[in-house]
Amino acid sequence: MFRKLLPYVGKYKKYALLAPLTIIIEVFLEVNIPRVMAKLVDVGIANRDFSYILKMGLLMILMAVLSLVLGVFAARFASIAACGFAKGLRQGLFHKIQDFSFANMDKFTTASLVTRLTTDVNNAQMTFMMMIRMMIRAPIMLIMAVFMAVLLNAKLSLVFLFAIPVLGISLYFIASNAFPRFQVMLKKYDRLNAIIQENLIGIRVVKAFVRDEYEEEKFSDVADQVRQTQMKAEKIVVWNMPIMQFVMYGCMIAVSWFGGNLIIAGDMLSGELMGFISYITQILMSLMMITVVFVMFVITRASLVRITEVLNEQEDITEVVGAVNEVADSSVTFENVSFSYGGPKGNLILEGINLSIRSGETIGIIGGTGSAKTTLVQLIPRLYDATGGSVRVGGLDVRDYSLEALRNAVAMVLQKNVLFSGTIRENLKWGDENATEEDIIEACKAAQAHDFIMSFPNGYDTMLGQGGVNVSGGQKQRLCIARALLKKPKIIILDDSTSAVDTETDSKIRKALKEDLKGTTAIIIAQRIASVMDADRIVVMDDGKINGVGTHDELLKENSIYKEVYESQQRGVVENVGT
Amino acid sequence: MSGPRGKAMHLNRGRKPKDAGKTIKRIFSYMKGYRGHLAAVFLLVLISSAGQIAATYFLKPLFNDFILPFVGMQNPDLSAFIRMLVIMALIYASGALATFIYNRLMITVATGTLYKIRTELFSHMQKLPIRYFDTHTHGELMSRYTNDTDALRNMLSQSLVNIFSSLVTVTGVFIAMCILSPVLTVVVVLMLLLMLFIIKKLGGKSGKFFMQQQASVGKVNGYIEEMTEGQKVVKVFCHEDQSKKEFDKLNEELFEAAKGANTFASMLRPIMGNLSYMHYSITAIVGALLAITRGLDLGSLASFLQYTRSFSQPITMMSEQFNAILMALAGAERIFEMMDEKPEHDEGTVTLVYVQKDKYGDFVEVEHRTGLWAWKQINENGKVTYTQVKGDIRLNDVVFGYEENKTVLSGISLYAKPGQKIAFVGSTGAGKTTITNLLNRFYDVPDGSILYDGIPINRIKKADLRRSLSMVLQDTHLFTGTVMENIRYGRLDASDEEVIAAAKLANADSFIQHLPQGYDTLLTSDGTNLSQGQRQLLAIARAAVAEPPVLILDEATSSIDTRTEALIEKGMDKLMEGRTVFVIAHRLSTVRNSNAIMVLENGTIIERGDHDDLIEQAGKYYQLYTGMFELS
Repeated sequence: MFRKLLPYVGKYKKYALLAPLTIIIEVFLEVNIPRVMAKLVDVGIANRDFSYILKMGLLMILMAVLSLVLGVFAARFASIAACGFAKGLRQGLFHKIQDFSFANMDKFTTASLVTRLTTDVNNAQMTFMMMIRMMIRAPIMLIMAVFMAVLLNAKLSLVFLFAIPVLGISLYFIASNAFPRFQVMLKKYDRLNAIIQENLIGIRVVKAFVRDEYEEEKFSDVADQVRQTQMKAEKIVVWNMPIMQFVMYGCMIAVSWFGGNLIIAGDMLSGELMGFISYITQILMSLMMITVVFVMFVITRASLVRITEVLNEQEDITEVVGAVNEVADSSVTFENVSFSYGGPKGNLILEGINLSIRSGETIGIIGGTGSAKTTLVQLIPRLYDATGGSVRVGGLDVRDYSLEALRNAVAMVLQKNVLFSGTIRENLKWGDENATEEDIIEACKAAQAHDFIMSFPNGYDTMLGQGGVNVSGGQKQRLCIARALLKKPKIIILDDSTSAVDTETDSKIRKALKEDLKGTTAIIIAQRIASVMDADRIVVMDDGKINGVGTHDELLKENSIYKEVYESQQRGVVENVGT
Repeated sequence: MSGPRGKAMHLNRGRKPKDAGKTIKRIFSYMKGYRGHLAAVFLLVLISSAGQIAATYFLKPLFNDFILPFVGMQNPDLSAFIRMLVIMALIYASGALATFIYNRLMITVATGTLYKIRTELFSHMQKLPIRYFDTHTHGELMSRYTNDTDALRNMLSQSLVNIFSSLVTVTGVFIAMCILSPVLTVVVVLMLLLMLFIIKKLGGKSGKFFMQQQASVGKVNGYIEEMTEGQKVVKVFCHEDQSKKEFDKLNEELFEAAKGANTFASMLRPIMGNLSYMHYSITAIVGALLAITRGLDLGSLASFLQYTRSFSQPITMMSEQFNAILMALAGAERIFEMMDEKPEHDEGTVTLVYVQKDKYGDFVEVEHRTGLWAWKQINENGKVTYTQVKGDIRLNDVVFGYEENKTVLSGISLYAKPGQKIAFVGSTGAGKTTITNLLNRFYDVPDGSILYDGIPINRIKKADLRRSLSMVLQDTHLFTGTVMENIRYGRLDASDEEVIAAAKLANADSFIQHLPQGYDTLLTSDGTNLSQGQRQLLAIARAAVAEPPVLILDEATSSIDTRTEALIEKGMDKLMEGRTVFVIAHRLSTVRNSNAIMVLENGTIIERGDHDDLIEQAGKYYQLYTGMFELS
């Protein structure tokens, strides 16, 4: 898995290689210092050789300075490499998400994508940093220090033959036992967060039903489980320190005894023993470091898995080679179209759709919840690909166009629409980057947005918060329509886009569309019959099939669903005013 | 929604604590129950550090008294040597044991304290007014439980003890050094000053970069959030390339800042480590000179050299932990800030009780459900009176605004007699939902009054007031749990049969039966496995099971298509029977048969009457009804 992510280091690869390299030299110098020190004591002090002491001492200082400089460089290189890796990952993820189709997006929630791009990338950066610093440093330090110890006194270093396996095995046992327990804890922790999230979202329900005590009980129950599982996990980890100390102190005593005896027997010098004691610390510390990295790696593994998931996601809408860049006219044809969100094997949401819309026609679509109105129109700009049959725009299958050409020709105002932080003008320019002031005003007038925009003190330069928080729902919808109009599209689709606009304004918008956009095909999905009754033709959707097509009057006569909906909305009028 | 505020949240993560002393005190107040533990930890840390210091100190007698005197001897008497090693082993063992025990104790303290803080934070959050949730994003509040609590956890379980034990060790080592060789200690002091100077310099530099990094992280995260949220719009407008370009720019900025911050942070260890080697080397030279000229013994030099190593480690540790502690304190401050938020104000004394009539026709309070409810009032001289809950609601001249100077409702007066159905009609922002929010006191009325069975609602205890009103909201929220549990949320003591009866009433039974495990089907928190319409049916069932005297339906059927709505009409009629009902609806067909329809515009009632009256008046309602059939 890490292999899949490594290439994201990109151009910072040289730093990723330089860092361990400098670290290796640094470690080399570090392990040599105690050896020089041993010489200083055994030769310099023993012979009362002042110049030798100074020479060795300065050598040590020089080594330390060199090691310091190298250490600083290593830190710099490692930081650049790790931050570069994070940058690469973030970019890779973000670009990937930009290329996602709607179907890809549906698989991930927005919140989870954001977490992956933020927290998870952070964890990956930390792991990477650890890897190129600690994971190189610790084993090399271990090997070199053992080597130096053997060099100092081979007999005495037999102690490590006992100490390293004991510490290594116990650390391994601690880590491998702690891991599953931490996983249990993290699961509980997720549950705890889920409860908080649910309560935040549903706070009104909680308050309306006076369920605060019930929720508190639920929460404290899970919080207690978190506490228990955390205790269980950490109880294992807590063995780390004493075992480490036990082994280290054990070594000290053993080395003191055996080393002392060797010195007494004249087989070893005191300075060598001092140096040897330094190596005990270096060796055992590096073992400890390895386990720390290991534990860290285990904890961040989940983050890496989540990142890889996004990177491995196959974009399911791609362009064909030699894609057409020009949309001929504004006609739309559905030929025996079927669709399922779950691919060919899934439940068919749309079935046997045959419909041809002429250039410049206004089509209304009506139908109950779940009748697949939105799904139907989303096939036109290829937000999803039809599972069966073919959708044609301008006489050509939508899959034959380049996505940009197709989507520029088809403007869609989504049901759940979004404005971005920036000025109103900046938001409108999403429709057309090069729109002139006149274009913008014209579009806004058609969308009935110009007047309210001008009522703001800063007019078109009014700043919108993220998601358009400072305009009302109806104003937001009108801005979204204006934004779509600026594209000067061949086909415009309004998916229940005027639900928050009052009825009077709604009819004005429809009138403007009809007058200003001659030759543009308009497809309007609506809940209320009034919004579609003056369309050229109305499509009645029921349970993923077309139930009827015709003008208002025709449908009223022939189509039972249409009649039923009309009557349910009309009820009372006839008896009260209709007669 | 989490936009600008979300960014602020990311930014203030780099904030320094305002009043560290006060915050630390407050954290300790949560450890009150663990005083014994803490005292023991204090003692054990001392023992553990002493063990460490002794471990090094013993190098002196090792060389001076037990090795060097015997060098070259044929049959040295090593029994004293062995005795000393045994004593050392005992000291070491007790040191290691102390470390083990205090770490164990700290786990109990840390997890217990966290548990206490978490549950207190959560239960306080439950009591905060709706207004608080209006002004804070979910992400912001969530991070109190995640980021801030995590930082605190780190501090409690690691940094706190680490810093303390480092402090003890440094002091101990320093004392031991002074004893071993006052002259060499001068070198130590000089090195210490150099180290502190470097830490301060580095700290300042990295602090600056750190703030830059946090600001940059805020920008990048904000952009990611916004673009991911609007991803579908990005697609529809073919805006992918622009957003990639913009992102790359921000990402590059973040890289630059992060590079700086990380470099300085990770430089600390190698610098300190090698300074310590330098220190070691200087000590070796000076020590060797002293050994030659002043006769410094080899044992002292050996242990002094070891001490130089164990001196810098805790200092590095402390300087590293310092940032973690600052972050934890800043997090703790945010947690405490939330805990200090004023909870919902509740001055009500009138309570809701079950009653039954005794043989004289007077109400007697009982424990069990009787289907009869009364308001229990205790007046000044202690006399208890019971008023039957009927569902008579009157609003007199109610004025309200969510923000000051921005009135949403101005002078609303209306009444609902027991059992009446009152409908609110009007465009978005006219104030329909606001009225219902005032009824259950999600917000308090600054001007005018609301009477419930003749009692001003602010005299009724909030919990009891809300228990007497059942709400079905536009956005339905389900909780993780089975279908059964979700419906039972309306009344916790409802039996399975009652839950199923309620589901049948809401016409939800048939689709529930089709779910894989029927009523035992597990729903996820956001109920993604159900359609919006099905969720609304569950919410209606939930309200039905509560059997309240007053029912508020806020767009309760907005996601249910007209045909299904017709199907549940009967059930709804039955649900509304004998109850006072407030209805807000899009569809005029839903409100037609109300006793009174209030047409709202800009926070005032512009028309009122029943359907026929309003049609006759030929005003706004007439226009809406005849022209457009439906409202938003």
